[in-house]
This record gives sequence, C-alpha cells and structure tokens, in this order.
Amino acid sequence: MKDEVTREERVTNLKGLGSSRKRVEDARFTQGKGHYVDDINLPGMLTGDFVRSPYAHARVKSINIDAAMALDGVVAVLTAKDLEPLSLHWMPTLAGDKQMVLADGKVLFQGQEVAFVVAKDRYIAADAVDLVEVEYEELPVLVDPFKSLQSDVVLREDLDPTAPGAHGPRKHHNHIFTWEAGDEEGTNAVIDDADVVATEEMYYHRTHPCPLEPCGSVASMDKVNGKLTLYGTFQAPHVVRTVASLLSGIEEHNIRVVSPDIGGGFGNKVGVYPGYVCSIVASIVTGVPVKWVEDRMENLMSTAFARDYWMKGKISATKEGKITGLHCHVTADHGAFDACADPTKFPAGFMSICTGSYDIPIAYLGVDGVYTNKAPGGVSYRCSFRVTEAVYFIERMIEVLAIELNMDAAELRRINFIKKEQFPYDSALGWEYDSGDYHTAWDKALKAVDYEGLRKEQAERVAAFKRGETRTIMGIGLSFFTEIVGAGPVKNCDILGMGMFDSCEIRIHPTGSAIARLGTISQGQGHATTFAQILASEIGIPADSITIEEGDTDTAPYGLGTYGSRSTPVAGAATAMAGRKIRAKAQMIAAYLLEVHDDDVEFDVDRFVIKGAPERFKTMGEIAYAAYNQAIPGLEPGLEAVSYYDPPNMTYPFGAYVCVMDIDVDTGVPKINRFYALDDCGTRINPMVIEGQIHGGLTEALAVALGQEIAYDDMGNCKTATLMDFFLPTAWEVPNFETDFTVTPSPHHPIGAKGVGESPHVGGVPCFSNAVQDAFRPFGNRHTNMPHDHWRIWKTANDLGLHD
Amino acid sequence: MTNQIIKMTVNGEKKEILAEPRELLIYVLREKLGLTGAHVGCETSHCGACTVEINGKSVKSCTMFAVQAEGAEITTIEGLGSPDNLHVLQANFKEHHGLQCGYCTPGMITRAHRLLQENPNPTEEDVRFGISGNICRCTGYQNIVKSILSAAAELNAAKEAAQ
Repeated sequence: MKDEVTREERVTNLKGLGSSRKRVEDARFTQGKGHYVDDINLPGMLTGDFVRSPYAHARVKSINIDAAMALDGVVAVLTAKDLEPLSLHWMPTLAGDKQMVLADGKVLFQGQEVAFVVAKDRYIAADAVDLVEVEYEELPVLVDPFKSLQSDVVLREDLDPTAPGAHGPRKHHNHIFTWEAGDEEGTNAVIDDADVVATEEMYYHRTHPCPLEPCGSVASMDKVNGKLTLYGTFQAPHVVRTVASLLSGIEEHNIRVVSPDIGGGFGNKVGVYPGYVCSIVASIVTGVPVKWVEDRMENLMSTAFARDYWMKGKISATKEGKITGLHCHVTADHGAFDACADPTKFPAGFMSICTGSYDIPIAYLGVDGVYTNKAPGGVSYRCSFRVTEAVYFIERMIEVLAIELNMDAAELRRINFIKKEQFPYDSALGWEYDSGDYHTAWDKALKAVDYEGLRKEQAERVAAFKRGETRTIMGIGLSFFTEIVGAGPVKNCDILGMGMFDSCEIRIHPTGSAIARLGTISQGQGHATTFAQILASEIGIPADSITIEEGDTDTAPYGLGTYGSRSTPVAGAATAMAGRKIRAKAQMIAAYLLEVHDDDVEFDVDRFVIKGAPERFKTMGEIAYAAYNQAIPGLEPGLEAVSYYDPPNMTYPFGAYVCVMDIDVDTGVPKINRFYALDDCGTRINPMVIEGQIHGGLTEALAVALGQEIAYDDMGNCKTATLMDFFLPTAWEVPNFETDFTVTPSPHHPIGAKGVGESPHVGGVPCFSNAVQDAFRPFGNRHTNMPHDHWRIWKTANDLGLHD
Repeated sequence: MTNQIIKMTVNGEKKEILAEPRELLIYVLREKLGLTGAHVGCETSHCGACTVEINGKSVKSCTMFAVQAEGAEITTIEGLGSPDNLHVLQANFKEHHGLQCGYCTPGMITRAHRLLQENPNPTEEDVRFGISGNICRCTGYQNIVKSILSAAAELNAAKEAAQ
C-alpha cells in the first residue's frame, strides 16, 4: 500500500502531545451553550434557600417556622430536628471532623446554615427565609487563634475535650491537632550553633478561591425506582457519591452524581457542603427535584476559605550563605469545624514541602490546628494541599536571610539550590523530589530579565528618591518554587479512607474513533482537549476523533477528582497506561492481519508497521474495524481498556519568577512593569493551554498578594462578603505576563508530565509579595504581611519614614 | 405579587413574558426564555457574567428588573453568531484561548461586541478599560484582550475590503 502523506504530516494530524490544539470545549462556551448546574431545570423542581446565622457564636434558643410555612408556595422548612432522625444534622468533614449541616443547638460562625426553606421559586424561598424566626443568645466570640487557645470559652461542645481528635491528642478544648515533621531537637541544635540566624513571623491571611460560578446542587430522588441523581459543582464527583451513600444509606449503585460544566473551582468545590445535603434531603422529603445554588455572599461567608496560617520561622546559615537548618511553626486557624481538604495523614497538607527548592540538611515543622468562630474550610486555593503557604514561607525566609547576610537574594538562592545530580532528592522533611534542574532555570530567568541591569536601575532609583527627584520606588520580586502535586500514592494519600488513585477507560469504536472516560472533572482546564492529545500520541487516533467524558459517576470509572494539580499526574498517567493496553491488543491484531509474528510489528505514529518494511502496515482505523468484525483466533472481539493508576510518587514541578514593580509611596499604588514566569512542568502536552493556566494562576496570585482577603471584625462579622470588598482583579489591574519554560520530565510518570495549573499561583504569590518588600528593603524593610493593598503599602512607606 | 406582561424583543424575536415586578431580568432571560448563556456570578453588578445588550448598551441584567426592559431590544450571547456562522469574536476567543471555564465568556463576548461598536479601533488600553466591568477568574485577561484586538482587526479588514 502506498502512503500519500509524510510521516511528519501524520504526526501533525494526530494533534497529540506538544500540539497547541484549539480547545474543543470552546464551541459551546462561546455560544452560551455551556451547561452549568444553575442551568438545570427539571419538571416540578423546587428551590432551596438557607436561613443563616447573623452571629458568629450564639446559642439557638428556638426556631419558629410557622409564619414561613404559612406563606403560599412554601413546601417545607427543614431544621436540625428534622435531619436528626436521619442522622444527617451533622456530616463528616474531609478532615475527619464533623460539621453541622443545620444549627444543632448553637451556631459557630456568621453565615452558618440554620434552616433550609424549600419553595416553589427563588423569590418565595427568599421571602420565607425572612419569615423564619430564630431566637439567639449571643456567646463570646473568638476570632484570634492565639486567644482561642487560651480561652475558657468552649467552641465545640460536641467534642470531648480530653479525647484525641482525628489527628491525635488535643492540648486544649479549642485545639484540633498538632502535626509534626522532621527533627526538632537536631534542628534547634544546628540553629543554636549557627553563624547566622534569621527569624521572622508572618501571617498568610485568610482568603477564598471565589470561582465565578458559586456552589450549587440539584437533587432528584426518583422514588419509583429508588434512584437518586445529584447534579452539582463537584470537583470530586465519585467521592461525593460514596459520601452521599454512606450518609443517606442509599446504596451506591442507586446514586448517580453528575458534575456538569463547572464555572471554575480553584479548590472551592472539593468539599461537601450543607446545601448539597439539604437539597438531597429536601428531594427525598418532597419527592420532586430540589435545586440549591448559593449567592456570592453565601459563597464568601460559608464555603471553603483558604490559608489563614500564622507562621514562625528560623533559618540558619554559614557566613557564606549556605543554609544549615530550618525551623517552622504554624498556628493554623481552621474556623469552626476542621473541614480542610487534605489527605487524611496530612492534616496540614504538604506544608512540609517548606524546605522549598533548597538543599537544607535538617529541618522541623510543627503545626497546631485551632478552632475559632470563623467559617470552616481550609481548602487548597489553586494549589496542592498547603503548598502555597509552604512556598510563601520559605521564599520569605530566604529574603529575610539575605537581609541578615547582607547578600543578594538571587545569589543566596543559587548557592542553596538542590543540584541537578542530587535528584531524586530526599528532603529533610521526608519527600522524594522526582527531578529538577533549578540552576538552569534560574540562570535562564535572570538572564531573560537582565537581573544585574535591574539591580543597577533600582539603585539609581533609590538614589533619585533620596535626592527628592521621584516619589516612586522600584521593587524586584524573586521567587523560585517547587510544587508537590499529583496525590496519591495510595499508600500515603487517601481522603476519608478513599485511596487517591485515578482512572481512565477507553473504548475504540469500529470506525476508528474513540471515547475515553476519566475519574477527574475539568473546571476550565480543558481536559476534553488535552487528555485526547495524550491518547492521540499513545494510540495513533487523531485527538479530533476522541471524545473525552468526565463527571458522570454512572459512566466514568471511579476516580478521586480534580484538585491539587492531580489530573495530569494521575489521571493523565492512567490515560497513557490505558492507551498502552489498547496498543498492546492492537499490535496482536495488526500482526494477525499482516500475517507475521506479534514481535515483527512495531507502532509508528498512527499504525503498526512490519519492522524493516514500513510500507506494509495496518492503520489504527483498520485495526479497530478488524477488532470488532473479524474473528481473530485467541482474541476476544472489541478494543477497550481501563487503567486505575496509583502513582509511585508525587510530581515536583518548579519554576523561576521575576516581578518588576514601581510603587508610588504617596498613594501606595503598585504598578507592575514586568512579570517573567519560567515554568518547568515536565513534558508539555498543550503549550497554549499551559500558557493560559499560567496567566490565570498568576492573576490569582496577584489578587492574593495585593489585596484579596477574608477579614473579620472582633464580633466575628465577615467584612469582605461581597465583590465590593473582596478583591478580584479586573483587566485594568492585571499586566501582560511573559512566559518561558524548561523541560525536565518526571522520571516516574508514563509521559513525563508533572501538572501545571497551580504552579503559577504557588510561585506567583511570593513573587508579587517579594517585589513589594524588595522595593522597601533599601529603606529598612524586613517583612510586612500580605495582602499588600494600597493602604498597607502606604502604611509600610509611612512606617519607614518615607512620608517625612 | 401580581404578574405583569412584559413585551420585549430578544435576539430579534418578539417576546411576551409574564413576570412579577420584582423579578430580575437575568432570571427571566434564563428561566422563562431559556437563554442560559448569561450567568449569575454576584447579583451586585460587579462581575459582569450576566452582561447583555439592551437598546445598544451593555447592561448587567442581574441588577435590572425585567419590567424595566418593557419595549426594549435585547441581544444576548445566543443572538451573536450561530453554530455554522460564528461571530468574529466567538471565533477569536477560541483561536486565542480567550476562555477557560466559560462562565464569564458569554458576558465577556457580549460586552466586547458592544465595545467594538463604541470603538472599532481600540488600543490595548481601551480594551482593558472597556472590559473592566467583566471579571474573569481563569484567564488573567491576557488572551481575552488578544482575542478582542484580533477580532477588531479582522472586522476592520473586512470593512475595508467591502469598501
């Protein structure tokens, strides 16, 4: 058979690995035909809405629903009393704690769910919410975790103060856990003996992932067939199905969970929220579908905060700047319930990646979790579990150490980087970094921005400022980060006992196209585009002929979902492995068709060829047809495969970022003049999508570093519950970003990919913050806390006497 | 509350809708007319996910009562382009990866459509200022700006060719 197209054209036609393939999702999204949970409209559907607590801490004396029930169109009002017989008034959290679904005797944070109104439409439901009369008795409020640990006030009266919690002994009735890694005694000994020690305290403020689409669900209980269908904003639909089954007693095969299109997640949609549970109960009670969709205020006040870490660090070094030890202690404010979305064995997530990209011989990390009268959550906002906190901590400690040593912070990083030849590298806190080439990335970044030139320019600016010729100062923000993403392995990582593997199931159709289903769910990452590319390269079927489907638990194989940049490292690996199973069977079919031995054919782009005689081949299309329609001795018909992939290790993407910023000391307004981001995420699947992820992650980093926070007053009132107060940057505030890359494949991932969605956020936050702090370094600044909004920047300038 | 009849033209079609005076336009569009392209992101006019065009102006339909649209000409994302004939903006958003989760996209494209009517030759700064009432959480705007500028160039080239 003669081939009309060249091999190169055949590779291009696949649109496989490395192709900037345009996204298949965009057709529906650009035409307004996305299908999000609030777009679901089932016959007879009712709407649910919450009565929420105005107080941060109060006893609920009584709830009177009579007036609400009397309103025309109200179908039900649920309180904890109604849920109690079903044992659904409390629910387990992902962190092994439990959380009230509806207020059971008291409320512990402002905005807590007290009663659930079910009505004919959203307007009647809102009217009825106002008609529910709740009598509260205010209790003392604790919003400061340090005070909470000293207070006689017991927040969680449901817990035995002397009994251990899910993560070991508790020291106080408002203490949740102590979690430690490393060698404290040894670390202290090294630090006590060191030439130079830098200490710093920093607060990584509370914030919120705030995806543009709030959380919601539609529950539909089909009583005739005993089947429950639950649509919702779920980053982990299979986990939701299992939890829903355990909670409701409905057998898992009778529950179908569907994540439709999701309007951004960023960690907000990992957990299980009272609204989901209430919509299920309400549908069971009423026998018709019930929709619950939170509004923006409810989103910011009650579902899934992030960060809120008070971090104390000590770092020691030789006079030459070689780091000898690191000590870190965190007081972690978890709010009213410990609802962190972390693997079970890691109540502080992967905070122990806080030795960063540096070869630090000995280290210690201790984390104390504390209850306060704030919303529960503790999710990983665009990062793997607590990695943003860890990277911020070490990248600030490096800067502070550089000040202590009177040394350039870029050079200090360079002399402490883990060297290329040290990989796989065992960190002092127990991680095995898979691969890296930090020096190459750093040198490339510094050269790209002309680092030395920037420092000269900065010095000139300082001089001009001191001469009174300008009122702007210049900051050069540096950060070098190492992420830890892609949880499993199952032996280390589970959530509520469910091992963190992931999965892919592929079905090749007779005419040579395919469908693949995965245990993950895209929230904008473009899985339908990129997973098809992985498969295209593995099985030789064009990406355009492969449908990717996720999010329906009736059809997709079980998986742990999409968060912590785990889709590519885990489900992406499963996809490649399932593809290889397809290829193995295809090889046997090809050999049969070509009448040669299996070993005499080899895979070549989109076909199997006879070794040494590539003009004799069978395309994947021909093989697929034969798989179904030709009786092949010894082979079952069909061409399908499934892979459940338990990763041997996590992956460790890294990157080097530089931000150049001007600050007007009189207004406190920063202006970003340049942002350079070099990312190494291993093998690059779709450069266009990678770049888009980096732009987005950097923008969310800008938000967090420069103004976004969830703040409370002393009464526990949330002061930032609307987009008026909660900073989401617009096109006006966000600069253009320059992206760059190196490629250091992961040695254990089937295609060498590491994941990228969260890297820019993890590396970006310290980079923006360091830029602000670096601008003030020549004037005596050592550390100021984020968020660096205009007021705080102005205040820093004022405190340093720059307005005198 | 008493329902009222509201007459409006939506995407070129005359519509008569029965709604309470307190019903917001976004819910009437989404739930009574089945036009679910525009989304609800904040209900406070900040995010712009609900942006539609009313009588030649970009309007956030989450903070306008449907009764206020009596007699109005409304264009939503569903009225721009069709599957076989995408609007230049829709094509360029895809081409330049100007969207990710898609939630802000209908509002963003609808706003960009009006922006290019108001200013057919925008600079990058004009575009950034012109869409600053529409929040995107995914893209960092860089590719949105690129998509809009590219669409403007394409529209202008077509206009020039036509002359």
